[in-house]
Amino acid sequence: MSLFDWFANRRKAEPISKERQEREIADGLWSKCSECSVLTYTKDLRANQMVCLDCGHHLRIYSDERVRQLIDPGTWKLLDEALQPVDALKFRDRKSYSDRLREMQDRTGLSDAVQTGLGQLEGLPLGLGVMDFRFMGGSMGSVVGEKLTRLIERSTRERLPVVIVCASGGARMQEGMLSLMQMAKISGALERHRESRLLYVPVLTHPTTGGVTASFAMLGDVILAEPKVTIGFAGRRVVEQTLREKLPDEFQTSEYLLAHGFVDAIVPRTQLKRTLAQLIRLHQPYPPSHFVHVPDSLSRHAMNPDYVSETNSAS
Amino acid sequence: MATSERRPLLLDFEKPLVELDARIAQIRELAEENEVDVSDQIQQLETRAMQLRQEIFSSLTPSQRLQVARHPRRPSTLDYIQAITDEWIELHGDRSTGIDDLALVGGIARLDGRPVVMFGHQKGRDTKDNVSRNFGMASPGGYRKAMRLMDHANRFGMPILTFIDTPGAHPGMEAERLGQGEAIAYNLREMFRLDVPIVCTVIGEGGSGGALGIGVGDRLLMFEHSVYTVASPEACAAILWKDAGKAPQAAEALKITATDLKGLGILDQILPEPIGGAHSDPLETAATLKTAFLDNLDQLSRLTPQQRRELRYQKFRNIGVFAEISA
Repeated sequence: MSLFDWFANRRKAEPISKERQEREIADGLWSKCSECSVLTYTKDLRANQMVCLDCGHHLRIYSDERVRQLIDPGTWKLLDEALQPVDALKFRDRKSYSDRLREMQDRTGLSDAVQTGLGQLEGLPLGLGVMDFRFMGGSMGSVVGEKLTRLIERSTRERLPVVIVCASGGARMQEGMLSLMQMAKISGALERHRESRLLYVPVLTHPTTGGVTASFAMLGDVILAEPKVTIGFAGRRVVEQTLREKLPDEFQTSEYLLAHGFVDAIVPRTQLKRTLAQLIRLHQPYPPSHFVHVPDSLSRHAMNPDYVSETNSAS
Repeated sequence: MATSERRPLLLDFEKPLVELDARIAQIRELAEENEVDVSDQIQQLETRAMQLRQEIFSSLTPSQRLQVARHPRRPSTLDYIQAITDEWIELHGDRSTGIDDLALVGGIARLDGRPVVMFGHQKGRDTKDNVSRNFGMASPGGYRKAMRLMDHANRFGMPILTFIDTPGAHPGMEAERLGQGEAIAYNLREMFRLDVPIVCTVIGEGGSGGALGIGVGDRLLMFEHSVYTVASPEACAAILWKDAGKAPQAAEALKITATDLKGLGILDQILPEPIGGAHSDPLETAATLKTAFLDNLDQLSRLTPQQRRELRYQKFRNIGVFAEISA
């Protein structure tokens, strides 16, 4: 094939057919920005932490990816993986809660809507909880409440700062009052963590609403938010119904909360790890002691799987 | 608390009772006109009416209970405070938002000789009152007023008694702007810190986060026909069934009654109501509440502040149902 033919063939093949485009998006080779629709090579997008290279839109990411972005490789130790949700009320709307749970677990590979663990961030040990919006809208039921409470209690015992990445529609109605009470339970654990003069930083991501906003999302010593996420207590539609008028676009966004003094800073995802590390370092005792405090559970021998499962079943 | 002379507002399931009452009155009238002695018959009918009332009120469905809990004549926070305290001074404002929220009222009272701080959601008595009280839906100013009163109680060693009776926290633009979520969250955390005894009582409707915002205590009491719910059955039906008409099913599924919540380990004590509901005899209901307050405060005063805080923590720590499968 002559060079001329090669160019001719190439021209014929352009533009990439729609079908091929879709196939490649489906293959995950290319990703389309949900805001500006620009196609980006997924590898590049991933390297930019799923922030659109063109318009800066933060694409939705889930708990595994978030942990990868924040935690130093090889230092992440999951806690309380054995906790499983239960249909305590035998709740059934159009579908039974137990069926919904099974479906969600199959689809996401998660046991419930939060992952918790201990790890290091730029070498700084911390307790991290990451909510996962895929699992029933990140809603908070007994498992979310229990896992976060155990994470906070453990971090209090081991004198670790806590970071919780919030993404939730609020309480999980299928667990009725049990879910509402998780708000109090987690807040109680945070009170003890706070009393021990330890740092807690919630990171608000899209969306943070309802019972999560009315509890641990708003209880940070410092509160960070990703750009342009929805943060609020009452749902936008509910407020519109109450007022009988449309609300301004910027209502209940990170920028709105910053302007009204309810978040401390809006941090782009690409800067999040650095900012968290900076905050944690600023809250370390001064003058610094000669050695860095690494709790037993994070020391090298703790990564031995036997030891891990033993500590998981404790408390 | 004056028992109303006006005709009581009727709930649909009370209709058979009204019919029976009307028949009794009719017979009595006829008997008087014709000078016949029907006292036996009347007594029989009255006993039957009593039985029927008891039957109806002992087997209310969750959505019927919700109607009783929302009854416009159901005693409110201020009704109870007036009925059970020796003296009372209402305090206003949260010292920060610049508005006194009338949907959440509070102050200092003397209960059986002992100074206490009391506050709670306040629903209106009529439409006009309800507008100024915002139907008992508090705004951040209300929750911060409650917090200010709690700090006051803690400083002066006064027990705290909270009255829960709200459809929910106010879902408005102003409330959001002033940080509704933050105001509630702050109370949840700080109520674990307080040294003094805290007794919370659901006197009517316990609506979601707006109820919980003054609901973290050493004891949670609930009147027999009160309800406490994570989301209003109407909202829940609209979201999960995509049909607000399914509210009765949602009320059933959400497990909102006192008995259900006792079973789930959320509630400490169910307070009985007179047959016919709290509004049928507000004074008797208030007496029940007063006795329960005094009993609980008596028990709680025997503990040290540290013990109370620990027990309060454990009480909430233990709420939740899950499985733990060891791998």
